[in-house]
This record gives sequence, structure tokens and C-alpha cells, in this order.
Amino acid sequence: MPDTTLPQEGATVVQSAQSGRLRPRFVWLTDRRLATIFLTPTMLLLLLIAIFPLIWSLYLSFTQYSVIQDAATGPKWIGLRNYAQLLSDKNVWNRFALTATFVVPAVGIELVLGFALAMLLNRNFKGRGVLMTLMLIPMMLSPVVVALFWYFMMRADTGVLNYFIRDVLHLSEKGVFWLTDLRVAMWSVILVDVWMWTPFMMLISLAGLSAVPKYLYEAADVDRASAWFKFRHITLPIIAPLILIGVLFRTIDSYKLFDTVYVLTGGGPGRSTQVLSVYLYQLAFREFDTGKGSALGYIMLVGIIALANLLIRVLNGLRAET
Amino acid sequence: MATIAPVPITRRHSIIGEVFFWIALAVAFIFFMFPLYWLLMTSLKLRSEVTLLPPTLLPFVDFKPTLLNYLAVFTKVSELGTVTEAKANTSLSEFPLHLLNSVLIGGGATVLAVILGTLAAYTFSRYKIKAEADLMFFILSTRMLPPIVVLIPIFLMFTYANLRESYLGITLLYITTGLPFVVWMMKGFFDEIPREYEEAAMTDGFSRIEAIWKIVLPEALPAMLATAVFVLITAWNEFVFVQLLNPSHATTVPPFLYAIIGYGQIEWGRMAATSVVFLLPVVIFTFLVRNHLLRGVTFGAVRR
Repeated sequence: MPDTTLPQEGATVVQSAQSGRLRPRFVWLTDRRLATIFLTPTMLLLLLIAIFPLIWSLYLSFTQYSVIQDAATGPKWIGLRNYAQLLSDKNVWNRFALTATFVVPAVGIELVLGFALAMLLNRNFKGRGVLMTLMLIPMMLSPVVVALFWYFMMRADTGVLNYFIRDVLHLSEKGVFWLTDLRVAMWSVILVDVWMWTPFMMLISLAGLSAVPKYLYEAADVDRASAWFKFRHITLPIIAPLILIGVLFRTIDSYKLFDTVYVLTGGGPGRSTQVLSVYLYQLAFREFDTGKGSALGYIMLVGIIALANLLIRVLNGLRAET
Repeated sequence: MATIAPVPITRRHSIIGEVFFWIALAVAFIFFMFPLYWLLMTSLKLRSEVTLLPPTLLPFVDFKPTLLNYLAVFTKVSELGTVTEAKANTSLSEFPLHLLNSVLIGGGATVLAVILGTLAAYTFSRYKIKAEADLMFFILSTRMLPPIVVLIPIFLMFTYANLRESYLGITLLYITTGLPFVVWMMKGFFDEIPREYEEAAMTDGFSRIEAIWKIVLPEALPAMLATAVFVLITAWNEFVFVQLLNPSHATTVPPFLYAIIGYGQIEWGRMAATSVVFLLPVVIFTFLVRNHLLRGVTFGAVRR
């Protein structure tokens, strides 16, 4: 709406047309009100849709409850019994260990491979933009599609991977039992996760690399610094915090990975890929032990918060250094 | 000659280095691209050809590509390869409707999450807020709980609030899932934009909201677009919640995709074709904003 209350003073009008207006509009929007308006929707949504269900499931974790059987009677308070049962269960600890054998290699490989790829792509050549977009496609796919299609490619008899291994490269006579061999299945899951999420680490690393000021390298070149020296003392300190954020997001996400494993192996063969989330699904939606499932969720949450805090502490340390 | 040259000697790419560079790039490219190539090829094959051994690798050379699968994505052609005569009386399949739902829900949630999250991030970046670090961690921590844990409470909540099978409910849920990421990314970005930008505008007679609208937002737009890519990818592909909350008419494409292969006889060709069509909007969006991606994902962790 046009502001007609301006004083009719020629010089000011001209000046205000060029560089702004004499009297600001929306003065009633004080900084304080603005902050409230800006923060409220986000906080409200997080409280209602993220925190409230969280508290609800915290309550459920102290009860004996099954959505199917106890729908009429409602949850029955049993205190810490779910937690006691879970924490004294050797199987739960095994699944924690199993999840670690997935998260650590997966995130580790994604980090190293993603960074290496970023180093490769961090120079100008023709088709770099297209190549980068193509490389990002794996993470744009739905996890359901990724898992289904890798399942298709990993089939022991007619899968295309085994065709190459068996009939083209002759590496093995029978091919690899990607999804049915107890020792291989977890590595297959890792392979799929690496395929899907290395592009993310690549993107983050590339963002970091392209943000390093060129003059630093030029100065180092004048001093005849070695490539390793430049990497260690210029590149690494600048990009380390960013890479750590990437690792943080990847760790959180792979720790609670569900759909890929569920579709790809269903937790099998045996229980060799039954990571925590899949076990949780088993508890809550196969055995319909809602209370115990919630308790396991909270135990998982404590674990990841501790881990994330550790990473963030390292991150803040790195930030303080630079 | 390098000894006299005052120009930086950065171009020391030996031939071995060059060869190694291209080989490494090619290997990585094959690893990441082959499954995508295979997905595309599978979508172009008749059902009888999909699981042939040895597999047919090259179109036109090894097999004759067909668009029947794509026809089956959009129309109700069920038995592939046997429909040549029945084409006449085909009607539209459910896919276009699901795709529209995906656009409305995923797109709407992305736009809103990015806007709301950006405003919150701006506030975190510019104002002194009590226990700011704790609040930021709290926001991040809402991302940490395995979604399956809150599945039941959310299901019960949505039942009471009458939000099941609604566009509103699932959109709100996706906004909430996207928000932590947006707040974290955009806060990092705003920390990098000097305050003096807005302050200069404010001494020029703009109110803060005007300064934000005219100065800060245009500056932040690339980062917002980059953030939007990630929020869109998550919302677009989410499966577990939408399957449980909106199983029928207000559902998106992923549950539909899962249903294609759900019943015994798996139609890999049709599944692949649906995946390709479903993937395209995200790829196009990412391609359009590719130049902003690198600048956008720095989380403020890199000092320029």
C-alpha cells in the first residue's frame, strides 16, 4: 500500500525514492514481536508434532500396552519393568553391537569415498555440473526403490551383479549370495547405503573444498609447500567442521535406518541384519508390544544423543581452533 | 623453467596423475551410475526379458526397447506384453492421482518448511536468545528418535484430531520432519551474512521486516533453494508414515510403488518405469538449483 503520510519536502522524497524511505513502515513490528512471530510456528509445530508424540511414547514406555489387545483397557503402568527387561536382555545388546557394525563401516566408507570423489571433482572440466547432478541421483531415490532395485540386482541366480561376478569376470563359480549368506548380508546392506549416501558426503565435502580461499594455496605455492602440507594445514582445518556436520547427520540417519534394511533383507538371513530399528519394528508391529517398543526407542534415543553430543563437542572444539 | 616463473606453479599435473584422475573418476562413475542405467534399461524391457540370463545389456543391440511399461504406469494395462490388442479400452491408472498428491504434499511441505525454518533460523542468528545452544540441540534432537517409536502416538493423535487420510495432517508432519534440517542449515548461512547489511538498510529508514524482505531474503534465496532440495527429497520419498496414516486416496507414490511389487509376481519393468517417472521432478529441481547447492550446504561451518 502506498504511504501517503510522507512530508512533502522535495529533497527528502527524491532521497527516499533512491535509498529507502524516510519513515519506516511496520514500526509496530518491534524486534521482540518479530522474533516471537518468526519463532512461534516452528516451535509450535515441533512441540505438537515432534515433542508431544515423544512424551506420549515416553509414557507408553512405562506401561504394558498393546495397540491391538489392550485397545479397550488402555495402557497399564508397570514402571521401569520394560527398561529392566530390555537392558538385561543379551539380544538387545547384540543388536546394539550389530547396529554399530553397520553404522561405523557405512559412515566411514561414505566419508572417505565421498571426500575422495569431491577431491576429484574439485577442478574445472567440461561437464562437471552434469556429472555432479548425475552423481547425486542415488540419494534422490526413494529408499524403497533403492532397496527393491538392489534386491533385484543382488538376486543370487538371475541378478545382474552375480552375472558379472560369475560369467564375465569369473571371480567365483556360484556368484555371491548377497542377501542369503550370513557373513555377506550386512556388507550388502552397507554397500547399498554407501551407494545411496556417498553422494551426500561428496556434496558436503565439495562445498567445503570450494569455500577454501584460493589465495591461501597461492601463498603456499610461493613457499613451495608440498601437496600434503597444503592439504594438512590449509584444506583440512577449513573443511573439518563442515565434514563433521555431514558425519553427524549421516550417523544419526544410519543409526535409525529402517526402510532400506527392511525391504532389502527384512533383518535376515537369521538375524544377521536385524539392526535396532528393524528389531524395534518387530517388537512394536509384529509382536504388538507397544510399551516395550517405546522403551527400546528411548534407549536408542539416549544412545544417539550421547553420540551426537560427543560429535558436536568435537565440532565446537574445531570451530574454536580456527 | 619453473624456477624463474613468478606465476603459481599449481599446474603440475603429470601425465600419470592425469591418467589416474580419469581412471578413478570412471570407476566411481560406473559404480554410481550402473544401477541407475540398469533401472532405466529394466524400465524399457518386456516382462519376459527382465530376468533373462545372460542379461541383455544394450538397447537396440541386445534387446528391443519398449515403452509399454511407461504406458502401464499411466494407464490400466495390467499384463505386460499381452496387451497389444486391449490397448483400445484402457483408462488412466491411479498413478497420476498419487503423483499429484506427492506434488501437493511434498511440494507444499517443502515450501512451508523452508519458509518457517528460515524465519526461525534468522531469529536464532540475529537475536540474543536464552539457552540458544540448548534450543538448537533440542531442535536437532527431534530428528534423532527412530520414526517408528513415534509412529503409534502419531497414529493415535491423528486419529483423535481427525487428520488421517487428510492432506493437512501428513503435510504438517513432513514440515515438522524438515524443520530441524532447515533451521540448522539456514542458521549457519545467516551467521555468515554480516549484520551490517540489514543495519545499513535500517539506518536508511527501513524497518527490520522490510530490511529482511528486501535485503536478507534475496541474499539467502540460494541457500534456501539448496535446503529445499534436501527437504523435498525426504518428503517426496517418505514411506512409513504415509503408508500408515494415508493408505488410500490421499496417499503419495512410495506406498503405491511398494504395492506394485507387493503381490508375488513382481513386475520389475513397471516398477522401474514408475520409479523413473517419480524420480524426474526431483532431478529436474536439483538440476535447476545445482549452482546454489555448494554454497548452500556449508552450514556456516566454513569461514570465508
